Amino acid sequence: MRGKYVIAGVGHTTFGAHEGRTTISMNVEAIRNALADANVEKGAVDALFVKFPTSQFDFIYAHKVAEAIGLQPRVCSVMDQAGAGNASMISFAAMAIDAGLCEIAVVSFADNPKTGSRAGLRKPMGTNELFGWGGPVGGYAMIARRHMEEFGTTSDQLGAVAVAARGFAVDNPNAQLRKPLTLEAHRESKMIVAPLRRDDCCLVSDGGAAVVVMSATRARALGVAAPVPILGFGQGHTAWSVEQRTDLTSTMAVRSAQTAYEMAGLTPADIDVAQFYDCFTIVPIITLEDYGFCERGRGGDFVASEGIGIDGKLPMNTSGGLIAETGMPGMQLVIEGVRQMRGTASTQVPGAQTCVVSNQGGVMQTHSTLILGERL
Amino acid sequence: MTQTASMDVRLPTDPLDGAYWQALAEGSHTFQRCQNCGNAWLPPRHECPRCLASAWAWEKASGEARLISWVVFHTAFHPALAARLPYAVAVVELVEGPRLISNIVGVDDLESLRIDQPLRLRIERESDVALPRYEPVTD
Repeated sequence: MRGKYVIAGVGHTTFGAHEGRTTISMNVEAIRNALADANVEKGAVDALFVKFPTSQFDFIYAHKVAEAIGLQPRVCSVMDQAGAGNASMISFAAMAIDAGLCEIAVVSFADNPKTGSRAGLRKPMGTNELFGWGGPVGGYAMIARRHMEEFGTTSDQLGAVAVAARGFAVDNPNAQLRKPLTLEAHRESKMIVAPLRRDDCCLVSDGGAAVVVMSATRARALGVAAPVPILGFGQGHTAWSVEQRTDLTSTMAVRSAQTAYEMAGLTPADIDVAQFYDCFTIVPIITLEDYGFCERGRGGDFVASEGIGIDGKLPMNTSGGLIAETGMPGMQLVIEGVRQMRGTASTQVPGAQTCVVSNQGGVMQTHSTLILGERL
Repeated sequence: MTQTASMDVRLPTDPLDGAYWQALAEGSHTFQRCQNCGNAWLPPRHECPRCLASAWAWEKASGEARLISWVVFHTAFHPALAARLPYAVAVVELVEGPRLISNIVGVDDLESLRIDQPLRLRIERESDVALPRYEPVTD
């Protein structure tokens, strides 16, 4: 599959608040923009993959989006992998095209948890709520604590992730948080669920984003301006809830990355830039370890010492990620990966030819990887 | 069906989960053990998650456990929890193997805990529910 399929176009709404907009409307705007970017007519699209809005589940939601864009696709589905869904749907789109089920696929996501309902984010935990256990922060804090106690990871090292993300967002006109953050400010930010502070948590945002997937051959035939090849993809699902998994500090992201590296014929040393899912600062630290950029337990050292800024060993989350660009679950990371591979990012990594993207969800239960290559 | 006084959580009354909570109300913390492969687990399930057999029996936990990880809530995600702040929620592993979400109690400084430290069961009543909580073993 290496390089056989491409992301031909990307599009998104503005990020932040969309008071009164429906998630369907934001999906349509994102798809309209992605089709325009790919220079593809709507009528040529014959597959639609949609991640349903996290804040409110809706049956056959992808089909409702298809109706809103006036399509009767050959393949149409919502797939639920929580935050891993977007990257996985892009890989499933490539597989569906490869199997001859369709030729041009759109993958889309939109949600409005900022101005609409946050019901879906509350994550009811049944009788565990009797212990005061609830909300999305606790599970990640539980993982962060074990990592800190087991390996000596510090709150300042978590802070280094947020500081780097905000540093990139300063130069990104799409980003919601464009004020720089200092380690001192991170140290003083409110403790939410110790050891995680407010500045360890991502944004809660409205917005939509979409990509167009097709074969490299088709992209050439259509004269697509800047198709970005998908060099590899993989998945791995830890599945078990935080209290049930026997290892809190490593996940099936290891397998996800190995699968993607193998398909791409690459190793971590070949990767120029990374977009790692950063719903909480501990996540990209563990992802650096699971993806082989450093040894297990040394992710905190890596972000604080080796560096994840533009001059660091591995520039990471170059648009600001979930922490500073927008809280959307993952598609903005794919889109930034595409921009880096096109050479059009707001903070461009000079000469970058490979980009790895991670999407993950639940509380590190789901994981998906994409490796993108330099534009054709 | 009992509704707990402070939270919106309803205690289950079905034969499986209801039996777990009823045993706690009577002073016993129990877990399930597979009669086919010997695996022990929580939370209650109808089938063994290792060998998938349906033959299992309740077993009383010794009360000995260790701390896998813990967090300290400084924000109340439910109004009924505001009065508890700050409080510790932990992942606890019983010596018999099963893991569960619980609270650590009987500690002044919640940041002074250590992973893998030994814990002992202390069943406490919160409103009208008996909860399996843990305190550090200090001897």
